[in-house]
Amino acid sequence: MDFNFTEEQSMLRDTLASFLQDKYSFDTRRASVKSASGWRADYWKAFAEELGILGAPFSEDLGGLGGSAIENMIVMEECGKALVIEPYLGTVVIGGGFLKYSGHASATDLIGGIIGGEIITAFAYAEPQGRYNLADLKTTAKKDGSGYVLNGHKAVVLGAPWATHLVVTARTGGSQREASGVSVFLVDKASAGIVTRDYPTVDGQRASEVYFENVSIPADALIGVEGAGLPLIEKVVDEAIAAICAEGVGAMRKMHENTLEYARQRKQFGTAIANFQVLQHRMVDMFINVEQSLSMTYMATLKLDESAHDRAKAVSAAKVQIGRSCKFVGQAAIQIHGGMGMTDELAVGHYFKRATMIEGQFGSVDHHLRRYEHLSIDTAA
Amino acid sequence: MDLAFAPEDLKFRDEVRAWIEQAYDPDLRRQMAQSKNGYLDKAGQVKWQKLLGEKGWAAVNWPVEYGGPGWTPSQHYIFNMEMSLAGVPTSSPMGLKMVAPVIMAFGSDEQKKKHLPPILTSDIWWCQGYSEPGSGSDLASLQMRAVRDGDHYVLNGSKIWTTHAQWADWMFCLVRTSQEAKPQNGISFLLLEMNTPGITIRPLPTLDGPVEGEQEINQVFFEDVRVPISNRIGEEGMGWTYAKYLLEFERGNAYAPGLMNMLHKVRKIASTEASGQGTSLIQDADFRRKLASLEIKVESLNATELRIFSAMASGTPVGPASSMLKLEGSEAQQAITELTLEAVGNYSAPFIADTWADMRGETNEPRPGPDYAAPAAPTYLNYRKASIYAGSNEIQHNIMAKLILGL
Ligand SMILES: Cc1cc2nc3c(=O)[nH]c(=O)nc-3n(C[C@H](O)[C@H](O)[C@H](O)COP(=O)(O)OP(=O)(O)OC[C@H]3O[C@@H](n4cnc5c(N)ncnc54)[C@H](O)[C@@H]3O)c2cc1C
Ligand SMILES: Cc1cc2nc3c(=O)[nH]c(=O)nc-3n(C[C@H](O)[C@H](O)[C@H](O)COP(=O)(O)OP(=O)(O)OC[C@H]3O[C@@H](n4cnc5c(N)ncnc54)[C@H](O)[C@@H]3O)c2cc1C
Repeated sequence: MDFNFTEEQSMLRDTLASFLQDKYSFDTRRASVKSASGWRADYWKAFAEELGILGAPFSEDLGGLGGSAIENMIVMEECGKALVIEPYLGTVVIGGGFLKYSGHASATDLIGGIIGGEIITAFAYAEPQGRYNLADLKTTAKKDGSGYVLNGHKAVVLGAPWATHLVVTARTGGSQREASGVSVFLVDKASAGIVTRDYPTVDGQRASEVYFENVSIPADALIGVEGAGLPLIEKVVDEAIAAICAEGVGAMRKMHENTLEYARQRKQFGTAIANFQVLQHRMVDMFINVEQSLSMTYMATLKLDESAHDRAKAVSAAKVQIGRSCKFVGQAAIQIHGGMGMTDELAVGHYFKRATMIEGQFGSVDHHLRRYEHLSIDTAA
Repeated sequence: MDLAFAPEDLKFRDEVRAWIEQAYDPDLRRQMAQSKNGYLDKAGQVKWQKLLGEKGWAAVNWPVEYGGPGWTPSQHYIFNMEMSLAGVPTSSPMGLKMVAPVIMAFGSDEQKKKHLPPILTSDIWWCQGYSEPGSGSDLASLQMRAVRDGDHYVLNGSKIWTTHAQWADWMFCLVRTSQEAKPQNGISFLLLEMNTPGITIRPLPTLDGPVEGEQEINQVFFEDVRVPISNRIGEEGMGWTYAKYLLEFERGNAYAPGLMNMLHKVRKIASTEASGQGTSLIQDADFRRKLASLEIKVESLNATELRIFSAMASGTPVGPASSMLKLEGSEAQQAITELTLEAVGNYSAPFIADTWADMRGETNEPRPGPDYAAPAAPTYLNYRKASIYAGSNEIQHNIMAKLILGL
């Protein structure tokens, strides 16, 4: 057993952290959020070329740095600390994840495009009626000659406004919530018949409603096996969940830090508010929440390559921990900041917003408790 | 002990219901449903408050001599319950519920004549200038100076977190007129016009992302602002006593009826939302259990409020028990906004900056997701305020420990 990072991993963290330290101040981020495009394409280019982090979790065969999910965890934790909006999750973790496992003939080329920063993907999976059920799909992909025709509506596709490609889940068979009959496609966003409506999100990102209206896609858009895509989707979504758990840890760590700092300097009743025991205990509980979340993020990340059952159990357990902690740490941070915590001016409110969105992203606490219950109790030997 | 209402009370209830049905028009309802912070815009607030005023129901807690309706405790309870269950806007409290009682109790006849009528008719908007950058929970440490110069006070300093200062015609505020060993002494209570030279307002947008001009809170700066000494309430140096009198009104509110309306709204959302399992969310076992649990929390609070307010009606002041209502009430508010956010699911993420723009015909862009989705996250974020303002929840615990438990 070893919880130490390799030298390369530490270097990855340091390189990214120092880039973000220099270039990703809270004010810079605020300006990006408010800009027309909502992100920094030049930063994405820097991620690809200057830092090389877009290749972090890919093997050297695929042109990557030879890393794995641990590298995703490192990058995402740093992204959480700086509230990075650029789509590492949607592109490297999710788009790259699908391609990595797809056995697709052009996977190496496409991953090369991701590593180089030319291909940016967004994950179009959720539907208005589906809540957190990955198989609750009305979007269809009908065979048409050698290719397919897509029809349907995908909800809140994060990062879609910046994407060159969409990873789309659709039914090639089966009924609405059936496990079989689900397929995954990599679709050029410029394809005729794709209509998007873009908007900002509560936590400063951008997303789109995506409508597919008789969109013709070629046969090689298919990622993985037709009709048997759900296990692959679950695997990649579990990797994405582990990644946002790490992001949540980064955001919580900053909220805890900011709160301690604020409580030490804010004086009321002639003393720093950090001297009030009720606040001290709460700040200790915040610390414990961050530590427990970090531990569970490690566990989930390290179990991503185990059996589907063990992987899913570890990931859902982590998501429950992180979901609860994001709420506790976020609420406590705002409360201890008093009126200052309510303002748009301080970073703490923006961390709280991201943490709040992480709570629900890829399934609420209840959703993952249920999934865990099922895996742990119903299927126990 | 008896829970039943008398026949005349039931008649009164029907009258209230009928009036709400007609006065609370679809525009106001739709605007309220899209509010991110529990308020309408100024025009909406004033429209609603004036409707109440015309009916004689603007200031139900005022004595009859000043325009109150002179109701029985049962009528108050029924009115509050019906208004809350219908989800009507909350009248801006700063004039009607805060400064008015202070003016009645400690103001001069002239001040009463000047200020009370336009408060009753909602012609003058008030804001509350208590908190300062260095003085929040420790309000008595406030530093804004008021120095005598002839028949004026000259004010320098700043007030912060001032709700709707940008809409206000007048402010009531606490200022330091002398430095005393005990900080509570040396504070005076002043009324001032917001258009007095030397006053500037800086908007403080909250984390829920209000539209420009609709911000809930502000910082107000005072630079050599001249306020007539005749605008002081009562005696110089006695402001703290008046302020504490006011705080009792600020804190002595019934929460349960409003909470019931919030619960009703979540229940409606959950009946519409899909669970992802082929049923509606309201059929989801975990969700139902949480909703039921919150309903019980609200029932408990309602029962406690009934107990306390009926004791008040027979003359027992609410006193420090109001801290208990504030704690339970604000926590329940926050818990319900949490559950609402959860109910909305993925569509809580889109941010709609101006949820009223379509009503004003400024956009016909369809929204991502259902109409009720857009305010869910901002409301959750905004209601973190409930455990911070009107005496933070930590301070309420301190008050109870000291004054109720005697610690
Ligand atoms: C099952 C059991 C086995 C034990 N075995 C042993 C043993 O083998 N050897 C031995 O020496 N002792 C033993 N103890 C004693 C144990 O260490 C003491 O009970 C413990 O230190 C608390 O002391 P106390 O009981 O005097 O409570 P107190 O110290 O009087 O505390 C009472 C309450 O006040 C709280 N409190 C005290 N100070 C503060 C503060 N500064 N801030 C906030 N809250 C505070 C406490 O948390 C507690 O809730 C045992 C106790 C139990 C229950
Ligand atoms: C939305 C909103 C609207 C408001 N509207 C108005 C208004 O119209 N007019 C007005 O005058 N004010 C208004 N306020 C201000 C409000 O009353 C103050 O925010 C509140 O009194 C807390 O003060 P503070 O923000 O300075 O926090 P602080 O007093 O600095 O408190 C920071 C933290 O320390 C804790 N703390 C402080 N003292 C203690 C203690 N002794 N023991 C334990 N914990 C402690 C607090 O509970 C809080 O968690 C508003 C505030 C908000 C958020």
